[in-house]
Amino acid sequence: MEHRSHVYGVVAEFKTEHELVHAVEKTRDAGYRRIEAYTPFPVEGLSEALALKRNNVPLITLIGGLTGGLGGFFFQYWVCVIAYPLNIAGRPLNSWPAFIPVTFELTVLGAALSAVFGMLALNGLPRPHHPLFNVHRFVKHATSDRFFLCIEARDPKFHLSDSARFLHGLNASHVNEVEDD
Amino acid sequence: MSAGQPPIDSPEIRRLSPVLGPGHTFTSVTDKISSIVLTRPTSLGWVAGFAISFSLVMILTVALAWLIIKGVGIWGINIPVGWGFAIVNFVWWIGIGHAGTLISAILFLLNQKWRTSINRFAEAMTLFAVACAGIFPLIHTGRPWMAYYMFPYPSTMYLWPQFRSPLIWDVFAVSTYGTVSLLFWFVGLIPDLATLRDRALTKPKQIIYGMLAMGWRGSARHWHRYQSAYLLLAGLATPLVLSVHTVVSFDFAIAIVPGWHTTIFPPYFVAGAIYSGFAMVLTIAIPLRKAYGLEDFITMRHLENMAMVMLATGLIVAYGYFFEYFMSIYSANKFDLYLTQMRFHGPYSHFYYALILCNILTPQLLWSHKARTNIPLLFVMSLVVNLGMWLERFVIVVISLTRDFMPSAWGRYSATFWDYATFAGTIGLFVMLLFLFVRVMPAISIAEMRELVAETSEEHQ
Repeated sequence: MEHRSHVYGVVAEFKTEHELVHAVEKTRDAGYRRIEAYTPFPVEGLSEALALKRNNVPLITLIGGLTGGLGGFFFQYWVCVIAYPLNIAGRPLNSWPAFIPVTFELTVLGAALSAVFGMLALNGLPRPHHPLFNVHRFVKHATSDRFFLCIEARDPKFHLSDSARFLHGLNASHVNEVEDD
Repeated sequence: MSAGQPPIDSPEIRRLSPVLGPGHTFTSVTDKISSIVLTRPTSLGWVAGFAISFSLVMILTVALAWLIIKGVGIWGINIPVGWGFAIVNFVWWIGIGHAGTLISAILFLLNQKWRTSINRFAEAMTLFAVACAGIFPLIHTGRPWMAYYMFPYPSTMYLWPQFRSPLIWDVFAVSTYGTVSLLFWFVGLIPDLATLRDRALTKPKQIIYGMLAMGWRGSARHWHRYQSAYLLLAGLATPLVLSVHTVVSFDFAIAIVPGWHTTIFPPYFVAGAIYSGFAMVLTIAIPLRKAYGLEDFITMRHLENMAMVMLATGLIVAYGYFFEYFMSIYSANKFDLYLTQMRFHGPYSHFYYALILCNILTPQLLWSHKARTNIPLLFVMSLVVNLGMWLERFVIVVISLTRDFMPSAWGRYSATFWDYATFAGTIGLFVMLLFLFVRVMPAISIAEMRELVAETSEEHQ
């Protein structure tokens, strides 16, 4: 296995999203596992082609929402019943229906914050630099109009020239070596 | 194709204009939208608009400074009308924000494709409207530097907020709404910020957009989680937007003041909020598409759909007015009956008639296809509805407070110069922020437009 430490992988460029999905399927069929696709918008069928598992964002959101909701309710309970009890016209201290609006708002707040920050954390963002940004055509087109497929060097099957040739064979319009920093 | 759909060349289908002009590619939508921010020179119209709105912001700063020096006595409020313009404007602004969330969240969940080109600036509108709304209750406290008392924090006085009060619910509802709207807007912006980073020609722009984009590179694994998060945010924002104006209506409905103490308030406030919000989206969209040549992206279809939403929510509002009137008679409650009389014949009846004219009668024109596709008329109509919704809040706040239970407690209210100056100032702030927004951020979601290009090209095949 030819493995040079300063190579991140090889990246192929495709003109349409259909070509990319097709190429991803072929690459996986060829036994490559450490591959990643880059698209300017979410492409339907790409997650399936890459065999991505269900992600953990919904679970994190659920936990955040429950924390916000339960925390919000019991905080109000603690304030109104234990810390600062006020007798208002003889009404019960634990007047729970009046706590619902704030409980609801804090549920939504907790869930929304954890959805966004959970997504960013799982994605490893912020990460201002990435080896792919060394490829000129990637920077120019990946976030506007082209579709990219990268075979990473850490893939056990990776071989710089063989993998590049393989990607060429998939009808890629350009194939570039990606330097690692 | 589902069974109930008419054939492609039927007149119903042909009559609908497309949601995207013909002949667009991934490159063309990216170029067109990003060029507004990156390469287009600043036009004279932009400078003029910005200058006018900026001078209004200067008026706002003067009005706020004077308020802080002198206190709320510079306004027209007194006993019995303690709420006045501050609360009228607060409810008006927060209502306007609702359309942005409705478009971005509810229409997303309903899979409405026409939402794509209008959601970004509608969300920005939401943020700016919430910012304007937030100013009012803050300064209405009289001592805005003490406003942090409303947040639960461990104080040395062992004091805690009164969680049974709708005013505290408001604090939580509005601040949650502001935060979630900001998150939703920012998450939607991330891919577009990456586009701007990669297309920016100067170093400062590359650095600023690069920091904001946080290294987004369109990886499929990232998109996978991104889409989950976006869908969840839409699902969370949907009940949130309905809850915010509900909580705002509780400020009134929980009180026993005649004309306020009704169960119809929450749904009717939410409908009114969406009504005024769509009117404001039209007020912004019509000049925006003209100024930047975006007629291919914000098509006639968008304008017509928004006009139809306005008509529908306007009818719900009309139903609310009717039932307020009906219930006051049906309940045979002396005070409610008297209040209704005061709306029709009292000292502020001209506001009530103007409200009926703006909110109920004028929008009936929208039944006609001709009126919905007449752009100048639509623009005027959106302004009329905005005015009408402002009058609605004026009628609710002022007429009820000037005529409550005892004649000894009756009074009059009129706004002062500073009331008008503060209101005009927030309008200036709103417009100025919009002017800045269209110059520094993509006003239309580029990533979602590419998706639309992909979907429409598939339909043609």
